[in-house]
Amino acid sequence: MKKCIKDFKVVENQRLHPLYSLLRLTPVDGTKLDGVKPGQFVQVAIDKSKNTYLRRPISINNVIEETNELWLLVRKAGDGTASLMETPEGEIVNLILPLGNEFNVTDKNKRVLLIGGGVGVAPMLLLGKKLKSMGVTPDILIGARSKNDLLELDAFREIGNLHISTDDGSAGEHGVVTMHSVFMSQWDKFYCCGPSPMMKAVAAKARETGTDCEVSLENMMACGLGACLCCVEKTVKGNVCVCTEGPVFNINDLTW
Amino acid sequence: MVNLEVSIGNLKLKNPVLTASGTFGYGTEFSDFIDLDRLGGYIVKGTTLEPRQGNPYPRMVETPSGMLNAVGLQNKGVDYFIEHIYPTLSAFKSVPVVNVSGAKVEDYVRVCEKLAAETDIKAVEINISCPNVKQGGMAFGTTTHGASQVTKAVRAAFPGTVIVKLSPNVTDITEIAKAAESEGADAVSLINTLMGMAIDVEKRKPCLSTITGGLSGAAVRPVAVRMVWQTAKAVSIPVIGLGGIMNGRDALEFILAGATAIEVGTANFIDPAVTVKIVDYISEYCQRHGVADVNELIGAINR
Repeated sequence: MKKCIKDFKVVENQRLHPLYSLLRLTPVDGTKLDGVKPGQFVQVAIDKSKNTYLRRPISINNVIEETNELWLLVRKAGDGTASLMETPEGEIVNLILPLGNEFNVTDKNKRVLLIGGGVGVAPMLLLGKKLKSMGVTPDILIGARSKNDLLELDAFREIGNLHISTDDGSAGEHGVVTMHSVFMSQWDKFYCCGPSPMMKAVAAKARETGTDCEVSLENMMACGLGACLCCVEKTVKGNVCVCTEGPVFNINDLTW
Repeated sequence: MVNLEVSIGNLKLKNPVLTASGTFGYGTEFSDFIDLDRLGGYIVKGTTLEPRQGNPYPRMVETPSGMLNAVGLQNKGVDYFIEHIYPTLSAFKSVPVVNVSGAKVEDYVRVCEKLAAETDIKAVEINISCPNVKQGGMAFGTTTHGASQVTKAVRAAFPGTVIVKLSPNVTDITEIAKAAESEGADAVSLINTLMGMAIDVEKRKPCLSTITGGLSGAAVRPVAVRMVWQTAKAVSIPVIGLGGIMNGRDALEFILAGATAIEVGTANFIDPAVTVKIVDYISEYCQRHGVADVNELIGAINR
């Protein structure tokens, strides 16, 4: 689909966790959601929060072609996302989409590890689905604080081999993601999205093992269109907009 | 049929709606959302003699009804603009205006000379009001001497329309406007951002890498309207109004305060199609009020 501003109806709002909602949306005018790529994001207008002025960038969690649904996994970060999480079913939200670049995928890499932490699991679902459709069964490593903070596990189990690590050891292996035994294996590629310290640790692991690695950044944005130049990341090419040249970057292009 | 055409110096705009520099990229970023040809014109991002990387991240923080930014004039420089961007602009009928910034008077002059020699750009907007650069920028815009110096030099270097963009971070903006007018500016545009600051109290850290930044968005609008009103009374050249225009109603507020044209800035971030809605609203407003020519509305407040 072409980049556009579009009204979506909330088909379902599932509260997965005190801090997370899964919004299932469909375009009011019935536009087909085709060609949305893993790693891309939307800019959501926040109308119901007095303290929110700008749109909020939210990464695309899933696209269901059969029902023409777009899924957004929303984490409460401040007033804007808190208000978005409360959007009742049937309400309209206005999105600009699809924005940003995409994860690079190829069926040549067979041993692929997707690593997600916190709300960073969101883009990994659509990415995993894409890989599976290409004949690559990915391994997925999800990190969380504890058992209760793990999200969308069933959906992830459907697309690949699921591994879990929790900070308190209440599910999966005990510790941060980079301590997980899955890293004992050889991998062709890492894809990672999560808190900055986690992505940096995964990037270090990738460099240590000579593994190709892409990460998805979420620098603070105003426009999402490459106009305001606020969300820049310092790269080997200088400051570039995360919204247009990212959010996905190969770690070789970053200065971490 | 309502006449929406306005003149800024020798520049004819088919309607009074322009875009504010630094909020609209080079225009092409918005062509998925609007027909650029429907705008009166668009002011492309601040261009400097040499490429600039701008300030470190974080450069932006949301504030009540607005945002602070500290981009710091990141751009690829005038030569890149002429070689790579300018040729793409010829596809559009709307008037492109280049916003020019510099650390020294000589920088402004050289950028304007290059634009005059190598392009058909008809107008420049001289930024003497950027609060986010260490040298030049706002320093020229906060004294009558600085404003005069830059305006005089640019006037001699650029044969087309010269618009001088003013800073609100002064005691009396009309004095700066008059200085620009007396040195040959064809118009003044105001306001650039208001200097502001925000602190993350949990981290006890400033929200911006540069500590202070420029406030824009709806929050600044009443300040901007007041300054446009004062300035329009003080000078006889056209005033271009900007500052927190979110919709057509807001645009008319500036025109009624004395602005000949308006610029839409931060609103582009929230609704990339807002500019054409503003054009439509102004036209519809004129019809509803029995106004045949938008020029009749300039400064036309009842008192």
